[in-house]
Amino acid sequence: MREQPNAAPRGTSWSPPEGWEAVIGLEVHAQLATDSKLFSSAPHAFGASPNSQTTEVDLGLPGVLPAINRRAVELAVRAALALGCELQRESLFARKHYFYPDLPKGYQISQYERPFALGGGVPIESGGQARTIELTRIHLEEDAGKSIHDPAVTGGGVTHVDLNRAGVPLIEIVSEPQIRGPAEAGAYLRSLRSLLRYLDACSGDMEKGCFRCDANVSVRRSGEERLGTRTELKNLNSFRFVEKAIEFEIERQIELIEDGGAVVQQTRGWDERAGRSYEMRTKEQAEDYRYFPDPDLPPLALDEEWIERLRAGLPELPGSRRARYVADWGLSEEVARVLTEEREVADFFERLVADYPDAKSASGWVARDVLELRAAAGRSLVELPLEPRALAALLRLVDAGRVSPASGREILAELAARGGDPEKIMLERGLEAVADSGELAGLAREVLAAHPRQVEQYRSGQQKLFNFFVGQMMKATRGKASPPVVQQVLRETLDE
Amino acid sequence: MSALVEHTLCELAERVEAGEASCREIVAAHLERIERADGEIGALLGVRASEALEEAERADALRASGSAPSKLAGLPLAVKANLVSPQLESNCGSRILEGFRAPYQASCLERLREAGLVLLATANMDEFAMGSSCENSAFAATRNPWDPQRVPGGSSGGSAAAVAARMAPAALGSDTGGSIRQPAALCGVVGLKPTYGRVSRYGLVAFASSLDQIGPLARSAEDAAELLGLIAGHDPRDSTSVAGPVPDFRGALSGEVSGVRVGVPAEFFSREGADEESMDLVRQAVGAIEEIGARTCGVSLPHTEYGVATYYLLCTAEASSNLSRYDGVKYGFRAPADSLEDMYRRTRSLGFGAEVKRRILLGSYVLSAGYYDAYYLRAQRVRTLIRRDFEAAFETCDVIATPTVPGPAWPLGEKTGDPLQMYLSDVFTATVNLAGVPAVSIPCGFTRAGLPVGLQLIGPALGEETLLRVADAYQRHTDWHRRSPALPGH
Repeated sequence: MREQPNAAPRGTSWSPPEGWEAVIGLEVHAQLATDSKLFSSAPHAFGASPNSQTTEVDLGLPGVLPAINRRAVELAVRAALALGCELQRESLFARKHYFYPDLPKGYQISQYERPFALGGGVPIESGGQARTIELTRIHLEEDAGKSIHDPAVTGGGVTHVDLNRAGVPLIEIVSEPQIRGPAEAGAYLRSLRSLLRYLDACSGDMEKGCFRCDANVSVRRSGEERLGTRTELKNLNSFRFVEKAIEFEIERQIELIEDGGAVVQQTRGWDERAGRSYEMRTKEQAEDYRYFPDPDLPPLALDEEWIERLRAGLPELPGSRRARYVADWGLSEEVARVLTEEREVADFFERLVADYPDAKSASGWVARDVLELRAAAGRSLVELPLEPRALAALLRLVDAGRVSPASGREILAELAARGGDPEKIMLERGLEAVADSGELAGLAREVLAAHPRQVEQYRSGQQKLFNFFVGQMMKATRGKASPPVVQQVLRETLDE
Repeated sequence: MSALVEHTLCELAERVEAGEASCREIVAAHLERIERADGEIGALLGVRASEALEEAERADALRASGSAPSKLAGLPLAVKANLVSPQLESNCGSRILEGFRAPYQASCLERLREAGLVLLATANMDEFAMGSSCENSAFAATRNPWDPQRVPGGSSGGSAAAVAARMAPAALGSDTGGSIRQPAALCGVVGLKPTYGRVSRYGLVAFASSLDQIGPLARSAEDAAELLGLIAGHDPRDSTSVAGPVPDFRGALSGEVSGVRVGVPAEFFSREGADEESMDLVRQAVGAIEEIGARTCGVSLPHTEYGVATYYLLCTAEASSNLSRYDGVKYGFRAPADSLEDMYRRTRSLGFGAEVKRRILLGSYVLSAGYYDAYYLRAQRVRTLIRRDFEAAFETCDVIATPTVPGPAWPLGEKTGDPLQMYLSDVFTATVNLAGVPAVSIPCGFTRAGLPVGLQLIGPALGEETLLRVADAYQRHTDWHRRSPALPGH
């Protein structure tokens, strides 16, 4: 029985047609969040002017030598520990040779036969079921520079080379071919990215190229043991593109085979505008990179004691936090997932709950309102002036009926924009709930008088209309009425 | 000719200290010597005449105020053209780097400049240090000061010839398979290849990274010790450099060798095709060392016969990789072309000389899929055996004495058509690099034709002190290193 690829929480629900299955392996290049490059002291700030983030080492000048950045190794080891990999006491750097203008040494320093981490896995949720995609390996390597082709220049164009990226530390995380569809691929990438961000190992910023994905895709008829010929999809720079490109590629391959053709092993790119993949190069024979151990770098030795220190310093990871939220606080899987996907959100939520123990009530405010405000602000949560303690105070005002939920949201928006004390904001803006039942009773009579037809229908059994009256009451008070008092007053008035 | 150029570096330092000469006079004397002799010898590629004089004057001033940074401050030195410096053109004897000046300083040069030494000139070399005769330089064929019809050896041929011809009291070279010791032997000077990792390679243009090592060429073991003390030591920029304190190499020169066990490997003296006269001179030198108190004993280095083959597999593999960066994109020579691939092809075809291209091809082959195991990996295994040979030998002796080269300097052009013959001149030196141990070549006599012959002393890893002590003791009892070639201007 093949496993049905199911809808991931936010992915597509597309799956290969009956009788076919897809086999997908992903290679993720994650940029390590260091201050300097893997083998030089140059910084690697994004968006700096071309070639300004370089030393003689990054430029590949004659005579230079690489010296390993221990912080990069530390972040790589943290990632490997969190992914449950087997750390190798000794690994080797190797040179991978090819000629290209943005590869200044004519070789890339990578790890080949002996990477620093083997095995491990990425937990994903697929169709509500927890599953682990196993990893083949993780290795450390340096990034290449960037070629910028300028066809506008007379004489057939010119290529500019920017070496700011050259030497930027990367880990390449290679999965086993255990992913069965685009939705699973998306779930895998989200989980992996979330994990790396938890560890402060990688910003996960896809637009800045800090988290890049290549996908190896093949198809076979269900029940077939042998793997089909695979193609490699390159430079998929958003989760959505990854899913769309994989879906397109699976369909393309199946169509090819069903039409009596055969898949050719090749590297393909993704054209987002056309919504299709295109051939980049066909591998008639595997390119010979002439790998050999880099004689400039001694074996990378990982000290047992150091590893244990790093292991002890790992933060609690999203999976464990999610389980805790469900078990201890009774949150739904879905809400727990939203709250734990990012460390800053989970941290914020836990600080909130420490001050305001009704986790369930708090979870909705964070998962919906706080995240919306953050998205609108386009900043990270820690950058917003909103403090968990202020939100806790606000929630207590809501619980006490002093602020209606609608006004509460208005106050929250103000807290997110400028910070401050919720009660003060409430008073300044005149947002205190109208909770005087006498005042509200008068208003209720006015509302009912204005809607005789709805009153008639309600009384003849259309109980749903009760909410309509509540809405009218809230409208009349511009959302300031305390909902429990409104409900009570309405009931009494309707029953008169 | 000024007598100043006949002095060793340490002697010059003493004379300056005693007020008998100024650094400016010393630099001027060497510049004059260069002016007279280098037209014929062709040892130097570039001379910093006015800058060197200015720097020497500044050193004199510092000395006068008692603030000279070291004993050698203000004294001149020649530098092989594969060490980079903003002060020098580091063309590596290659068209592809013609005019290249690095924006950074090689670690060893930084240290020498901090000690106040004056970088006088760049010395010619076989292109990218690939060669044993200096004939592979794209710019000039250096001649041997003892017989200008003969080669000076290589690849540090310019450094060795400059020191022999008294154009510089000392020089820096690099040694990958014998490139310091072999030209030192053929030119009658001292050449020291330190332990791999003793001197930072940062700023040495790489030929074969696991074998390359920077070292001094000088006229006495004492000078070599003094210079080594300045350039040795850990460098965070070179991950293969050795950690730990630097010994006082010059302080180790006690003149005392009694009790030192000198191992003599018979197979080095009975090599077919070796020059008997040279071998005899080396044997006599070993006898002389015994006479001054050392003991000799037989040792065996059974894998020596695989040394040259192993060396050429590994050094070409690494060279093919290291030389990938010369692609015409970033610096150096670029050939005009219509496409990127054409640009690469033409730049590298025109920019590199024949021997460099031969080694890139050989090395690419050694590393290519399907041949890697048979060549590269097997060579690495043999390298381990060779290293173990030395480790075993050093259990029974402190120093190993061998000839440096199978024979004296040969006529220009004699081996250029036969690369294999050229490669075989590394037979006594290359295994030392494979083992990573230190060795020094010192002058130990002259053939009847008046050509110098070198004695090689090899030590265990980080054993430079004993090595230099024996070499220095020998020089206290001989004057081969004092002899000066007859040159134009005499």
